[in-house]
Amino acid sequence: MAKPDYLHFFIDPSRCIGCQACVHACTECDTHRGDAMIHLEYVDRGQSQQTVPVVCMHCEQPTCAEVCPADAIKRSADGVVQSALQPRCIACGNCVLACPFGVPEVYLERQIMMKCDMCYDRTSIGKRPMCATVCPSQALFFGTREQIDQLRPQSAPANRFQFGAQTITTRVFTMVPRRLASAVPFVDVTAAMNEEPPPREIRLKTVAAEWDPYADIEV
Amino acid sequence: MRISKSEMAQDPRSAIDPQINTPGREGLTGTAPVNLYARPPNREQVTIAPDGKPMEMQPPWRRDFPIDALQDQYVERRDFMKFLVLTSGAFTTGQLWLAVQNWWRRRRGRPETRRIASVAELPPGEAQLFAYPGEHDACIVARLPDGELVAYRQKCTHLSCAVIPRIEDGTLHCPCHEGVFDLRTGRPLAGPPRRPLPRIALDVRGDDVFATDVEWRTS
Repeated sequence: MAKPDYLHFFIDPSRCIGCQACVHACTECDTHRGDAMIHLEYVDRGQSQQTVPVVCMHCEQPTCAEVCPADAIKRSADGVVQSALQPRCIACGNCVLACPFGVPEVYLERQIMMKCDMCYDRTSIGKRPMCATVCPSQALFFGTREQIDQLRPQSAPANRFQFGAQTITTRVFTMVPRRLASAVPFVDVTAAMNEEPPPREIRLKTVAAEWDPYADIEV
Repeated sequence: MRISKSEMAQDPRSAIDPQINTPGREGLTGTAPVNLYARPPNREQVTIAPDGKPMEMQPPWRRDFPIDALQDQYVERRDFMKFLVLTSGAFTTGQLWLAVQNWWRRRRGRPETRRIASVAELPPGEAQLFAYPGEHDACIVARLPDGELVAYRQKCTHLSCAVIPRIEDGTLHCPCHEGVFDLRTGRPLAGPPRRPLPRIALDVRGDDVFATDVEWRTS
């Protein structure tokens, strides 16, 4: 069985209320009981109470799998990047350092990396992931394109992200304002981390701006 | 069970998903059959390298270590044939090597007869060390309380430790792993060794004891 192609995962961080229901639902799952594969991150805890649920985005070119020296991270045919294979994983933590979204975690006492696999035991038979079933504000939504277009008329799904020089296409969508989605080709994730604003062209009047007819004449 | 169009129109969820009450689909999400939507083309070849170039232009290791599980599990017929040929070739080479070793041993013939001890220096209950047939092949000759002479290689057949005679017990003892051999026959009595010690054929002419052959035994 595989995840149906018409069902997608949509994440709307602006709807997140930080209730941690998704974290606790993830913790209850029998495949990794006691450990949450979803991370609830605070954007800027000193200034804001905004939280962001972070699930695996399931990249088209998974950076974690690209850097794995043990060939342990595999993707199933429906595009879901799975947790590390137990016989191969050496718990080196390369994937933890490489993932731009900060999703994988190494469990040292078990010597394995475990990450969100979109509740593959559920989504592969057409059910919703645990976090999407419990989210009270539906910041985590699992359904069809038509449904999300009807439910979120002001937002549009985006799945292209920019991290410095790396552009990533993911199978999990993030909801962005609809008017921005058509204008900007990707979400620049690291732009908020820049101290300086992006460079702009500035023209200043200078004293020698006018052409001096005698400047090039040698006496 | 067929649902009439008026019933479908009454369901408010049909505004979100027009196919929500079609037969075989019972719910907002999660129970839809996989064949409801069109399947995409072949999903086995979904790996895209980060530089975006086709797989033919990629280095060979990228084909050897694919990210997708389907390609990772797939064994080519050529690879399987290589495995078969190499494995059976290794077995055949091993058999040939054993045959050459046997032929070489038979061609060498019996080792030369050599005087190793004198009966007068070996009262009943005593043992002596000697080397036979080479100078590094340590052997042991012992005289049983009834006067019989026995000689064996000193190497334990388990892991080649030197065995120690215990004539009063009628055994040869290996201190490494508590192996015990019968002194009269050389057969293993206890511990890890499974094969008897190689026996040295003796010939007593008057007062002199001659070693004439090494009897390699497997049981």
